[in-house]
Amino acid sequence: MTESQTQHNKYPVIYLRPSKGWLSLDLKELWRYRELIFFLTWRDIKVRYKQAVLGIAWAVLQPLLTVAVFSVIFGNLLNTPSQGIPYPLFSLSALLPWQLFATALQRSSVSLVGNANLLTKIYFPRLAIPLSSVIAALVDFLVSFVVLLGVMAYYRYWPGWNMLWLPLLMLLALLTAMSVGLWLSALNVQYRDIQHMVPFIVQVWMYASPIVYPIDTIPAGIWRSLYGLNPMTGVIQGFRWALLGGTPPDATMLISVGVVLVLFVSGLFYFRRMEKTFADIV
Amino acid sequence: MSDIAIRVENLSKRYRIGLAQERPDTLRDLLISGVNKIRNRFVRGDQGRHDSQSHIWALRDVSFTVERGQVLGIIGRNGAGKSTLLKVLSRVTDPTEGFGEIHGRVGSLLEVGTGFHPELSGRENIFLNGAILGMRREEIERKFDEIVSFSEVERFIDTPVKRYSSGMYLRLAFAVAAHLEPEILVVDEVLAVGDAEFQRKCLGKMNDVAQEGRTVLFVSHNMSAVLRLTQEAILLDEGRIVMRGPTPEAVDHYLNMGLTKQGERVWSSAEVTNSEAPFQPIALKVRNPMGQVVDTVQSVEGFSIEMEYQLSDPISGLRMGLYMMTTRGEYVFTSFDTDDPTLFETHVQRPAGHYVSRCQIPPHLMNEGRYVLGVNASAYRIRRYFQDDKALTFNVDATGAPGMHWPEKRLGPVRPKLDWTIETLES
Repeated sequence: MTESQTQHNKYPVIYLRPSKGWLSLDLKELWRYRELIFFLTWRDIKVRYKQAVLGIAWAVLQPLLTVAVFSVIFGNLLNTPSQGIPYPLFSLSALLPWQLFATALQRSSVSLVGNANLLTKIYFPRLAIPLSSVIAALVDFLVSFVVLLGVMAYYRYWPGWNMLWLPLLMLLALLTAMSVGLWLSALNVQYRDIQHMVPFIVQVWMYASPIVYPIDTIPAGIWRSLYGLNPMTGVIQGFRWALLGGTPPDATMLISVGVVLVLFVSGLFYFRRMEKTFADIV
Repeated sequence: MSDIAIRVENLSKRYRIGLAQERPDTLRDLLISGVNKIRNRFVRGDQGRHDSQSHIWALRDVSFTVERGQVLGIIGRNGAGKSTLLKVLSRVTDPTEGFGEIHGRVGSLLEVGTGFHPELSGRENIFLNGAILGMRREEIERKFDEIVSFSEVERFIDTPVKRYSSGMYLRLAFAVAAHLEPEILVVDEVLAVGDAEFQRKCLGKMNDVAQEGRTVLFVSHNMSAVLRLTQEAILLDEGRIVMRGPTPEAVDHYLNMGLTKQGERVWSSAEVTNSEAPFQPIALKVRNPMGQVVDTVQSVEGFSIEMEYQLSDPISGLRMGLYMMTTRGEYVFTSFDTDDPTLFETHVQRPAGHYVSRCQIPPHLMNEGRYVLGVNASAYRIRRYFQDDKALTFNVDATGAPGMHWPEKRLGPVRPKLDWTIETLES
């Protein structure tokens, strides 16, 4: 359905038509519904910690417990090199952007199906749903980021000006999650296989990113270049560099940014194209 | 042009049959179904007109206009396309063909409580639900107190709604929705639930909305609500508009669509379940004074109604009840075969056997129209053996009844012949 709103007399006019061809993105409309996005995000966060005794403290505990496990297995038992950084800090600095990404991806992928009752009853820009689940992941991240600062202080690492890169890196992580999430959420409406695949995708992706091991482990040359195409490689390496110093991400990161942008734009259009059928098939 | 709220032309909506069962739910199915199909599913817009047998038209060539401030009823049987129409109008789904334009913001109450989250408190759900329904935050804040008092859940406003009774939940949900201020309000079956008091309140609110000059589309199975709230209605059947006209006519037309039984209702043994034993209904008949089974009787002649049944075991205290209703579901009367004290005493015990309970409807009782008969076999306060609320319909013809020299319709289900005197008073 092409929908446009023009001022006709004093009422906006909405046109109903069969949907044909590719739709415009109509981000203006999405903006008009920003309060809905806010409330959906707020609901996601609120509900997640509602009946948990520890509440939002889980956003602190989760990365800490994971890092504890990683430190024992990879740091102590396997003696994984960590570029001279204490292993807990080494893995935590990577785990944070990774969890931001993974949470955003997991939640957005199943978001449409999870909100099927809304899709079949009420009109609003469908993009609001995956978007709000991605934003909700950001809230967890911000809470656990405070923990990271605490751990850094404990090991006497002081962040420098490079920290200013963090927002951009976070944006890239979210954009990557959103791009994949757009595709997967729209596909999941019709093919519920997606929601079984997502945990697996996330797990493989995690080991394909330099979280428990440093990037130097990957042999330089063609393999390193291929590895660099993973947008999360750049994000994680960038995070470590911005917070703890070391080698900044190289130029391969630009290619991965390009890949993300292509995925994102195509995902947006695919999503918009499919969204008119969501209510009928979800 | 300026005062048109909704205009649709040849609106059609096609669904695939068995969408739920047959669509490829898994990628494996998809892969099996081959490359062609993949192309079709992804490039949905290009999906051809082929294999029309697997599709059904939920809406077909629906055209109408609604003027600003009008309250239009939409009636029809289940599956007639009412809900699909509302979904298309509220943009939840796309039309397959046709065109429509809507002037103004559409607020839909396709189902109250949509988006309510059980874990959140009443207060939180008001904000969430309000936002989902398209209210701005400041609008919700402004109306918050009004919403709460309308819903009558003040004391529990900070309790998670999962602990609410279904009545409270519903009241709160409706309260939020009722405080939307769209130019066009689309309402579907909101009133099918809730207690009488709540329904009255909802109807009142809907009335207010209409009074304020906003456009309302009202879908309901509750004919008396449709009659009360709307002057005009559209009758849908199998996706098409059967008629559009004054609501009473549309309602009559609708109610008569499904009722085509012929003066007699015979229960086959397959219809009678064991739970009704030892009572077995056999037939309900309407007879004219000559004893013929007819589906139209004369008001001036009177007629009889008889219920034939069998008892496989003796029943004590059995009473055969008869309910007469108008086609709009209003009761005209209720009567039992043992209303008379002497009959009651002689038939306290009804041995097993074959019975007919017959009653005479006196002449000059019923007004012209179509009526529905319901039957009920029960022992007072002990057990109900059998019930059929819509066992039979029949017509009453008023030829020769009082006042027929005026061709107007008489209001009310009864048309008694009353004694009038006219006195001239000197003054």
